[in-house]
Amino acid sequence: METEDDLCKNNWGGASSSSSSKRREQVCFTSQHKWEDASILDYEMGMEEEPAFQENSNNNNGGQVNVDFLQGVRAQAWDPRTMLSNLSFMEEKIHELQDLVHLMVRRNGQLQGRQEQLVAHQQQLITTDLTSIIIQLISTAGSLLPSVKHHNMSTAPGPFTGSALFPYPREANNLASQTLNNNTCEFDLPKPIVVEERESHVVEEHEMKDEDDVEEGENLLPGSYEILQLEKEEILAPHTHFCTICGKGFKRDANLRMHMRGHGDEYKTPAALAKPNKEAAPGSEPMLIKRYSCPFPGCKRNKDHKKFQPLKTILCVKNHYKRTHCDKSFTCSRCHTKKFSVIADLKTHEKHCGKNKWLCSCGTTFSRKDKLFGHIALFQGHTPAIPLEETKPSAQRGSSACENSNNNNNTGMVGFNLGSATNAIEEVAQPGFMDGKIRFEDSFSPLSFDTCNFGGFHEFPRPMFDDSESSFQMLISSACGFSPRNGGESVSNTSL
Amino acid sequence: MKKAKQIQHMISKPFDLLSEELVFIILDLVAQSPSDLKSFSLTCKWFYQVEARHRRSLKPLRAEYLPRILTRYRNTSDLDLTFCPRVTDYALSVVGCLSGPTLRSVDLSRSFSFSAAGLLRLAVKCVSLVEIDLSNATEMRDAAAAVVAEAKSLERLKLGRCKKLTDMGIGCIAVGCRKLKRVSLKWCVGVGDLGVGLLAVKCKDLRSLDLSYLPITGKCLHDVLKLQHLEELLLQGCFGVDDDSLKSLTHHCNSLKNLDASSCQNLTQRGLTSLLSGARCLERLDLAHSSSVISLDFASSLNKVSSALQSIRLDGCSVTCDGLKAIGTLCISLREVSLSKCVTVTDEGLSCLVMKLKDLRKLDITCCRKLTGVSITQVANSCPLLVSLKMESCSLVSRDAFWLLGHKCRLLEELDFTDNEIDDGGLKSISSCRSLSSLKLGICLNITDRGLSYIGMGCSNLRELDLYRSVGITDIGISSIAQGCCHLETINISYCKDITDRSLVSLSKCSMLQTFESRGCQHITCQGLAAIAVRCKRLTKLDLKKCPFINDSGLLTLAHFSQGLKQISVSETGVTDVGLVSLANIGCLQNIAAVNTRGLSPSGVAAALVGCGGLRKAKLHASLRLLVPPSLITHMEARGCAFLWKDYNNHNNNNTLQAELDPKYWKLQLEEDIEL
Repeated sequence: METEDDLCKNNWGGASSSSSSKRREQVCFTSQHKWEDASILDYEMGMEEEPAFQENSNNNNGGQVNVDFLQGVRAQAWDPRTMLSNLSFMEEKIHELQDLVHLMVRRNGQLQGRQEQLVAHQQQLITTDLTSIIIQLISTAGSLLPSVKHHNMSTAPGPFTGSALFPYPREANNLASQTLNNNTCEFDLPKPIVVEERESHVVEEHEMKDEDDVEEGENLLPGSYEILQLEKEEILAPHTHFCTICGKGFKRDANLRMHMRGHGDEYKTPAALAKPNKEAAPGSEPMLIKRYSCPFPGCKRNKDHKKFQPLKTILCVKNHYKRTHCDKSFTCSRCHTKKFSVIADLKTHEKHCGKNKWLCSCGTTFSRKDKLFGHIALFQGHTPAIPLEETKPSAQRGSSACENSNNNNNTGMVGFNLGSATNAIEEVAQPGFMDGKIRFEDSFSPLSFDTCNFGGFHEFPRPMFDDSESSFQMLISSACGFSPRNGGESVSNTSL
Repeated sequence: MKKAKQIQHMISKPFDLLSEELVFIILDLVAQSPSDLKSFSLTCKWFYQVEARHRRSLKPLRAEYLPRILTRYRNTSDLDLTFCPRVTDYALSVVGCLSGPTLRSVDLSRSFSFSAAGLLRLAVKCVSLVEIDLSNATEMRDAAAAVVAEAKSLERLKLGRCKKLTDMGIGCIAVGCRKLKRVSLKWCVGVGDLGVGLLAVKCKDLRSLDLSYLPITGKCLHDVLKLQHLEELLLQGCFGVDDDSLKSLTHHCNSLKNLDASSCQNLTQRGLTSLLSGARCLERLDLAHSSSVISLDFASSLNKVSSALQSIRLDGCSVTCDGLKAIGTLCISLREVSLSKCVTVTDEGLSCLVMKLKDLRKLDITCCRKLTGVSITQVANSCPLLVSLKMESCSLVSRDAFWLLGHKCRLLEELDFTDNEIDDGGLKSISSCRSLSSLKLGICLNITDRGLSYIGMGCSNLRELDLYRSVGITDIGISSIAQGCCHLETINISYCKDITDRSLVSLSKCSMLQTFESRGCQHITCQGLAAIAVRCKRLTKLDLKKCPFINDSGLLTLAHFSQGLKQISVSETGVTDVGLVSLANIGCLQNIAAVNTRGLSPSGVAAALVGCGGLRKAKLHASLRLLVPPSLITHMEARGCAFLWKDYNNHNNNNTLQAELDPKYWKLQLEEDIEL
C-alpha cells in the first residue's frame, strides 16, 4: 500500500515541478477525482504545493480574488452547504477551462503561424485559471480540517502549544501535517525538503523511533528556545547519568533514581523519585524550551547551519549523530549486507530480514503473499517470480534435461525472460530486471532452428527407456517392436 | 485425336480436375470411418499426400513415432497425446519444431516425464496454441506454470490435479495468458484465494472457471463474479466457501449460466441466496450433496433465478415434500431434474414437482426407493416430452406404471430400469419409443425373450443395451435384438447363464459393436468369440471374465482381427501364456486384467507385459508380484503402466462361484449387504 501512496505523491510532485501548463492541466484533472474520495494523506500534497501557488497568485490579478475567497472559506466553520457551493463553483470553473482549451486546440489547427506572443498569452491564461482552481481546492479541503482538529484535541490532549505560535493562515496546512504524523504534536513549516527526508520511497519498512519522527518537522521560531550542544564524546559516551555518590553511570535518568534509593532514605521520598522536570510544569509559566544542536559542523542539525533544524531530545541527538556521522558497525547476521550504526535499528531490521520471500518480477520483495498479489493486480506486466530453489528439483518425473541448463545460474529467481517477440509487449522495463533472471536463450542456445532441422532436438537426450537396466535394453529392442502390420505410422485408427 | 489423348490423361488422374477444397470435402466424408481413410491414403502417392494435407487432428499411439507422424501430417492442429504415457522433453520439442505454427491444441493429460524445459519449447514454438491440457501433472511445479504463461494466446487451460501448483504459478499464468477463456483448476489443492482472485482480475475474458475442491473461501468469489463474461462456475467440494464469507457478496453476473455448488458442505441457504442474488440468467444449478435440507425456505432462495432455470440437480440432498412442491411451482421452465439418491423423496413430493413441468426432458430418480407407481404415473401423465428417465432401484414401482410410460412418453431416448419390476408387457409398451438409444435392464428378473423381441422389433436406433443378470434371457432374445438393432454399440450380457455361442454369432451382425461384456457366461467358447472378433471391427472393450471355455485360440483370433481393442479382461478363463503374449500384437491395448488364470506362468506374463508397448493398467494376481522380476515392474512403471495386484484366494472356491451364478441367492446377499 505504500506504493500507492508513492504513486499519488509522485503525481503531485510532478504537478508542482512541471513548468509546462499543458502537463499541469493533465495532472490536475487526473488527481481531481482522487481528491474527492479524500484520504487525509492527500492534504499533505496540497500543503507542499501551496507556497508555489501563492507566489503565482500574487503575480497576477486572478489570484487576488482567490485569496479573498480563501479567507472567506476559512472564516466559517465547516458547513456542508458552503462546501457544496464551493465544489460546484469549481466544477463550473473547470468546465470553462476545458472549453477554453478545446477552443485552443481547434484553433491551433487553423492558425499555425501566429505570433508566439499569443501562444504565451494563452498559456498564461490557463496557468492562472488552473492555479486559482487548485488554490480553491486546497482551501476547501482545508475548511474540513478544523473539525478534525477538534476531534484530535478531545481524544489526545497534548501540548498543542505550537499552534498558538503561528499566524492564522498557515493553520489549516499545519493541521494537515499534524493528522499525518499522528504521534507528533508540533507543526511543521511546509518545506519541500520534508518529502526528501520521509523514507516513503524505501519499500522495505524502516521503523524509526518516535523521537526521530518528531525531529523532522519541528517548527519553532528562532529564539523561542534554548539551544544546547553536546560534544561528540558526550554523545558517544555509553552513560549520560552518573551517580554523584559512587560514580556509576546510567543510560536513563529513571534507572539512576532507582539506583539512588540504595544510597539512603532521603532518596526514597516521592519528591526525589519523581521525574525532575515535571515538577516545574504545572501552574507556572512554561519554561524555556530546550532544543539540541548537533556538534558536527555543516550538518543541518548544527546551529550554524543556514536552515538549522534543532533536535528535540538528547536521545534524538544520539541517534542522529550515530546514524549520520558515525560508521555503521552493526551488520545484519542474516543477510550480511545491511549495516547499522544504532543497535536498535539493527534489531528492528533483523526482525523482518529474510521474511520478504515473496518476489515480484520487478525486483520488489514482500513479506506477505497477499501484498505481492495486490501489487501484481495493480501493475501491468508484473508477474510473481518463482524462487530458484523451487525450479531446481526436476519438475516432472524422469527429466534431467532441465536441470543442467539451470545450473549455471545462481541468481535469486527465474523469470523465463525469453527476449522473443512475444515478450515485447511488456510495457514496464525494469532496470535490474534482466540481471536477476535466467534467460532461456542462454540455456538453450540455438532456439532458432528451422522447422525441418532436427538438429535442435539433440539438446535433449533421447531417453528411450533410460530407467531400465541394461539387460532389459536388449529385450525391449526386440520385443517392443510391433508387428509389421502395425508398424509405420501408428496413428490410432479408432480415435480419428 | 489429341483431345482424346488429353481426356485419357485426365481419366488417369481424375482428381486433378477437382480443386483441393472439393477433395477435402470428400475426405471429410470418408474420414467418418478411419479404416476407409487408411485405404484411401494407400491407394496412390497422390492420395497419400492429399490425405496427409487434409488431416488436422492426430492421436498417436506412441510418442516415439512423433517425428515421422508430424513430418507426414504437416497441418496438424489438434494433437491428443493421451495414448502416450511417456512424453519426454525431446518429444515436446519435436512437436514444437514440426507443427509449431499450425498447432492449436495439445492434450498432455495422461502423459508424464516432460518438464518445464519441454513445455517451454512448446509454448514458444507454437505461437497459435489455444488449448493445453496438463491435467494429472501431479509433479508439476510453479516453474513449469511460469513456462505455460509464455503461451500468450492460450484460451483454454486445464490443470486438474496439479497438486504442487501454488498461487505463484497461477499468478504467472494469469499475468501471461490474458486471453484465457476456460480454466480448470480442479483438485489443484495448492491454489487459494489469492491465485484465483488474480486470475479473475487479470483474465477478463474468462467464460468458464472450474474451482472444484480448491481451498478457497468466498473472498475470491467477489472478484470472480465481477467477470463480465463468466458463464460457468464450478465450485464442487469447496469446503471453504461458507455463508459468512459470502455475506457481503452482491454481484450482477448476468452472464452466469451454470453454477455448480455441489458438496459445498458449509454453504447453506443464506450463502446460496447471496450467491444467486445477481445471477438472473442462471440455467443450470447443481446443489448435489448439499448439507442443508431442501425445504420451503430453501426453495425460496431460488426466487431470483427461477425464471430461466432449466436444470437442477439435488442428488443426495434431504428433500422435503414442501421444498419439491415449491420448486415445481417456482421454476416452471425446468427441463432437467436430478434427485438421484434422495432417499427422502416420496410419491407426493415427486408428483407435486412434476405436475407443472410440462417441458421436463430429463428425470433422474435413481435409488429413490420410496417411490411407487403413483408418482411414475404422474410423471408419465404430466411430462410428455420426457427424453431420459433413470430410475434404477425403484423396486416398488408397479408393472402398470411402465406400461403407461411407454404409452405416454413417446420421445424417450434413455431409460434405466436397472433392478426394477418391469415385465414383458412393459417392454412391449416401451418398444413404441422409436428413438430409444439406451436401455438398461440389469437385474430385471421378470423379463424374458418375448419382451426383448418387442424391443428388437421396435427400437432400431438402440445403441446400448444392458442385460446384466437378467437371467430370463436366452439366445432367442439376443438374436432378435441383433436382428433389429443394427446400430448396437454396447451390450452387456454378464451372468445371463443361458447364453451360448449362438448369441455371439448373431451379435456379430452388429458391425458397430464396441463394448461386449459377457462376464460369467459359462457356455461361451472361442468359436463365438471368433465370430465377434472377425466381424465387429470396432471392438474396443471386451470382458471375458469367468468364461472358462475361452482359451488361447480365442485370443489368437482377437489378436489377429481386433486391432482396435483397448481393454480386455481374461480373468478366470482358460487362457495360457501363448494367448496373453499374442495380445501384444494389438497396438492400442491399454488395459489387461488376468487374475486367477491358472495357465499363466510368470515368464509368460513378463513377455506379454514387455510386448504390449502401450499398456497403462495391468490387473494381475498378487502372487505374480514376487515371481515377475522386479526390474521388469520398474521398467513397466517407467513406461507408464500401473499395476493392480489382486488376491482372490478366499473367493476362489466353487461355492461362491455357484452363488454368484444363482441370481436369487445373489440378490438376497446384495440386499443383506445394503441393510448392513
